[in-house]
Amino acid sequence: MREITYRQAVNEALEEEMLRDPNVFLIGEEVAEYNGAYKVSQGLLDKFGPKRVVDTPISEAGFAGLGIGAAMCGLRPVVEFMTFSFSLVAFDQVVNNAPNMLTMSGGQFSVPIVFRGPNGPAHQLGATHSHSTEPLFANFPGLKIAIPGTPRDAKGLLKTAIRDDNPVLVLESELLYNNMGPVEDKDVELLIPLGQGEIKRKGSDVTILCYAQTVRMALAAAETLAAQGVSAEVLDLRSIKPLDLGLILNSVSKTHRCVIAEQDKPFCGIGAELTYQIQRDIFDELDAPVARVSQEEVPMPYNERLEAAVLPSKEKIIQAVYQVCYL
Amino acid sequence: MAEITMPKLSDTMTEGIVVRWHKKKGDVVATGDVLAEVETDKATMEMEAFDDGILKEIYVEEGQKVSVGERIALIGGDHESPSSAPVQKLDALPKRVVPAEKSPARPPKPAEVQQARQTASVEEGYSQAVPRQTEPASQGPSAVRVKASPLARKTAAQMKVDLAKLDGSGPGGRIIQEDVLTAARLTTSVSVGLVPSPGTESELIPLSPMRHVIAQRMVESKTQIPHFYLTVELDVAKLLELRAQANESLAATSGGKLSINDFVLKACVECLQRVPQLNSSFSEKGILRFTHVHLGFAVSLEEGLITPILRNAGQKTLRQLSAEAREMTERARTRKLKPEEYQGGTFTVSNLGASGIDNFQAIINPPQAGILAVGSVVKKPVVIAGDQIVVGQRLSVTLCCDHRVVDGAVGARFLQEFRRLIENPTLMLL
Repeated sequence: MREITYRQAVNEALEEEMLRDPNVFLIGEEVAEYNGAYKVSQGLLDKFGPKRVVDTPISEAGFAGLGIGAAMCGLRPVVEFMTFSFSLVAFDQVVNNAPNMLTMSGGQFSVPIVFRGPNGPAHQLGATHSHSTEPLFANFPGLKIAIPGTPRDAKGLLKTAIRDDNPVLVLESELLYNNMGPVEDKDVELLIPLGQGEIKRKGSDVTILCYAQTVRMALAAAETLAAQGVSAEVLDLRSIKPLDLGLILNSVSKTHRCVIAEQDKPFCGIGAELTYQIQRDIFDELDAPVARVSQEEVPMPYNERLEAAVLPSKEKIIQAVYQVCYL
Repeated sequence: MAEITMPKLSDTMTEGIVVRWHKKKGDVVATGDVLAEVETDKATMEMEAFDDGILKEIYVEEGQKVSVGERIALIGGDHESPSSAPVQKLDALPKRVVPAEKSPARPPKPAEVQQARQTASVEEGYSQAVPRQTEPASQGPSAVRVKASPLARKTAAQMKVDLAKLDGSGPGGRIIQEDVLTAARLTTSVSVGLVPSPGTESELIPLSPMRHVIAQRMVESKTQIPHFYLTVELDVAKLLELRAQANESLAATSGGKLSINDFVLKACVECLQRVPQLNSSFSEKGILRFTHVHLGFAVSLEEGLITPILRNAGQKTLRQLSAEAREMTERARTRKLKPEEYQGGTFTVSNLGASGIDNFQAIINPPQAGILAVGSVVKKPVVIAGDQIVVGQRLSVTLCCDHRVVDGAVGARFLQEFRRLIENPTLMLL
């Protein structure tokens, strides 16, 4: 299989879906003339013109609301946030209007919209621009959340998200845009269903749950652990909502130990919900308390070393595995 | 504070009488001290203290009859006073001991982890982590709480392992699944802790199915059946003479030869009919007495032994038994017996005479109630009438009995009958 970057995978997903369906359009800051702040929309303006690749002013609440209105009128907007830290400015649109419209209109208006863009900490962006927003949005019924960690998942999930009739957040990652990975050729229709996790590496001693940025950390940790005789299974959630609970429970029932590697803050984080659901359903399968590796509970420091200390890492995951394996 | 209750000192005991107190209220008591004498349905026994302390209370006077489990005394520490609240039973309070060498959680280094993993896999099945003996506790009820992972609890319930008897290897002494599995392995392989690991000085021979069954049943028998043994030496001069005559005439008619063991089998069948108490089986509900004699006889094989059954042996003549035993022995050695031909015996004869064994004791084949162990015929000086010493022919046999089913006198009666027949062998031909 050919190898492409996460950036190109997202670009291909947008291009393919815009070619397939004329109702699909991209809107956001710098998406057109500048070809995207992270060059994700490279070439799309040239190909589809300014009506379908639309630059906006710095006005997240405005263009997010515009997108929701367009979706209600039958279009399929893809709204790009330059970073999901900026989506907080449009929080009301994303969590109030998009997910509630269908039920509050008595089923009259569906909102087939995609909000996408980089989410989570990048490199030295400081406290206000490093947010991992997934637990915020996960708390609102009506929103689906895809959170790809590899180029293949990024392409397959975004394409499925665009075709979904509900609001879907596709949370990408600036730190992953340059990552290479195998992806099917362009002539192969790659659709990855929402709500389907994937075992990225098989193992028998411990399950490491991960997503987005922590996938590669978990895989690297599993590699190191394997050399030490510890067999770790790496399970990529890929979607946070819907959650592939069956896959998680099967894996943890097999390994009896679980480490959750998440890129958000610990309090009320994704791992808190996962831990609850695991112990609720398979308490008797656990041979150790579920361990979580997340960011530290502090505003993100700008200082490079402090930032590294706050973030989850391969080393922290390995320590957590030792802990649950009683090593 | 530990409450002493009336112990169950025999299987059948339901109540006991405190015959005499050896300690009085206020006495200092040390573990192992005799507290009192207790009379059961069978005997008077001494009852020892399981803990140190002071005899705080005596609830039962000498001569008083008490049900098993009822409290009879209280042992406490120096400053404790007896409480009216029910006190935990002494032997129900396991003390949690975290081994000293297990330090609390510390970040392991990869190299150490690897080493630990390797050692663990090498020592699997031979681990030193033997289940801890339950010790009577001296501290309060809070000590009863057992820390175990949910999976360890589930596994322990499935494998019937008592978590209270284990030391946890997890943080803070938490019992994890591995601890339960290790304990289960150790209890199923009784002496494994003493066996050196296979290597240069020994070789591990896997258990054949037959070996496995023998091991299992013999342990069951020796641990559950109270054996007792009665040995007699029999004069077989007449028997040898009769056998010689019989074989001479049989040779003429080309019938098979009679062995000494054939006579032993025949005599045994006769005795089991006359003393049917030994043709029985113990069960919790009662003693099963069989109406027919299905006599088993042990045949040694390369990988173990098997006991073909002479069915309805009471209805068979000496010659029939002889022919059947010979034919079955042959098929046993070639492994051609059907299950029903070696299962369902009511008594067994084991003869090591051919191997030159003078006399031995056998282990009862459960659920039977007895086994007759037969030695070899030996020439020896014997004293006959008129205090003369002559050369005699002697056969030594040992009757091994299940004391739950029969007592010594019954066993003796069996052997008296047996002697009468063996020493007057023509009776067997009637």
